[in-house]
Amino acid sequence: MIRRAIPSTTLSFHRLRVARGVGMWLGIIVIVAWSIAPFVWQVVTSFTPSNDLVQRTPQLIPSPATLAHYQNVFIERPFSQFVQNSIIVAGATTVTCLVLGSFAAYALARFRLRGKMLTLWTFLALSMFPQIAIVMPLYIVLRAAGLLNTYQGLVIPYVSFALPLTVWLLFGFFRTIPVDLDDAAKIDGANRLQILWHVTLPLAAPGLFTTAILVFIFAWNEFLFALSFMTTTDYQTIPVGIANFPVLYFVPWGDVAAASVVVTIPLVILVLLFQRRIISGLTAGGVKD
Amino acid sequence: LAGRQREGEDRVPVSETRSPQAGRKFGFRPKLRASAELKAAVALIAPAAVALACVTVYPTLYTIWLSFRNTDFAGQQNSFTGLQNFVRVFSDGAFWNAWVQTGYFTVVSTFFETLIGLGMALILHETFRGRGFVRAAMLIPWAIPTVVTSRMFGWMFDGQNGIVNYVLESLGLISKYVNWTGSQAHAMQTIIVADVWKTAPFMALILLAGLQTIPEDVSEAGRVDGAGPFRIFWSIRLPLLMPTLLVAGLLRALDAFRIFDLVWVLTGGGPANSTETLSTLTFKTSFSALEFGYGSSIVVAMFVTEILIAAAFGIFILRAMERTEQ
Repeated sequence: MIRRAIPSTTLSFHRLRVARGVGMWLGIIVIVAWSIAPFVWQVVTSFTPSNDLVQRTPQLIPSPATLAHYQNVFIERPFSQFVQNSIIVAGATTVTCLVLGSFAAYALARFRLRGKMLTLWTFLALSMFPQIAIVMPLYIVLRAAGLLNTYQGLVIPYVSFALPLTVWLLFGFFRTIPVDLDDAAKIDGANRLQILWHVTLPLAAPGLFTTAILVFIFAWNEFLFALSFMTTTDYQTIPVGIANFPVLYFVPWGDVAAASVVVTIPLVILVLLFQRRIISGLTAGGVKD
Repeated sequence: LAGRQREGEDRVPVSETRSPQAGRKFGFRPKLRASAELKAAVALIAPAAVALACVTVYPTLYTIWLSFRNTDFAGQQNSFTGLQNFVRVFSDGAFWNAWVQTGYFTVVSTFFETLIGLGMALILHETFRGRGFVRAAMLIPWAIPTVVTSRMFGWMFDGQNGIVNYVLESLGLISKYVNWTGSQAHAMQTIIVADVWKTAPFMALILLAGLQTIPEDVSEAGRVDGAGPFRIFWSIRLPLLMPTLLVAGLLRALDAFRIFDLVWVLTGGGPANSTETLSTLTFKTSFSALEFGYGSSIVVAMFVTEILIAAAFGIFILRAMERTEQ
């Protein structure tokens, strides 16, 4: 009796495990499809000729495939200008915030200061302010300073959301570097700035890199400020370019798709290469502990 | 020696983690050193603090100041009007319409994002091959610019050639094509679908990080006591995850309440203001009608609502934390 009972329970246990495994893989397939299917469809659309896009039955694989939409986007529309503007603005924002942020984060992580956690939390609270709440005063100030339709006119407002994020992330990274190394450098006669430059920053390079990626993505994707402050195509960034796609009688979905793919491909590459870093940076602010 | 050591520790302001022995080496000219350190700290923090004061604090105060004025660039007026703007906000049908829609969007999207995100996180918490790839894939919706998300969903939910209509009709779920973004009945639903698509995987990654901080031996103990997977989730993991869940939900709700990009590009607030949110209403009031004063009053009203949302969540979070500590 006992001998027969044991195999039957192992069998049902085994079945349960198989069922669980199948359920898990189904779930994983759903998650992956959820995450990439809309973008894959956008890629397919960008290679489909306009005539085929208005057929009753959508084509899952474009035949014949066309590069006409990419041609339209880059040759007939000022899209290369948008790409250039986005790279300049996002790049300048990243550099500005890393410089200002590493000074502040270093002081907050290394000095014994009264109210330093308060300072840190104030920085974080400031980043929570809605952009729409400051867009009107910034517009008035930028207009008075003659900075509308300039790169500075976008980089300066971007500091408002990117700098608190930078300080918060770098503070976390600097704290993980052993303070003994600072002390050793101090004995050798290095001052604070030298320690920051020669000891802390090189050791925090992975953290700096993670922060740079996140700030770059946030600046690259920003829309409200760019829409409000950049009124000529000479200075508009890609999101504004895509939002303002000229729509006279119908939406040129193929061109829109091509433009979307161009903006998104660099981000997809960043994400695939650095997912671990990006997730560690993103969860640093969102999770207790 | 002990006395000197303590003295040395006091003199050198360095971070908490340093050992007292190390502190002794720097025990010279205490006062000068301390004030020099303080000056250095202030000098290092000042640039960032001044920058933020200029681009965040000053504009916020400016907005509050504007909310008491009738500043109007089209009408060329600019004077103090007391509470007049707020009286107008409270009796403005457009404001309340946007307020209700923004609230509806916030509640529904946050609910589904948290629920679906939790489901995804539980699946991802299992160990399996290719987990890194799945996590990378889940970052894609987050990384795609919201403007592009709007365009993607605008195309997929297109009334004539959209693939969603085609698939739903092929499956027999709808009998004729639905005008998703162009009809009052469906536009908000389409926006919510797009937002849930974009944010649920992100929520999952945040919640997964929270799940991973829960010690495995607690679940193990439950398993030894004969609890099934469902019971372990419901009685052990969920209560321990609750603080993370609520914090993530709060941050998400505050963010959802500001929704602008998705609405602006997908529907522009239409049709017939059925998707107008507080942010799009503010933007139109300020940059189309050029009524900066009144636009600021709407923002202040929006801000007050956000504080109420945060307070409501805050109470829940405190309660949940008390419960987990017991």
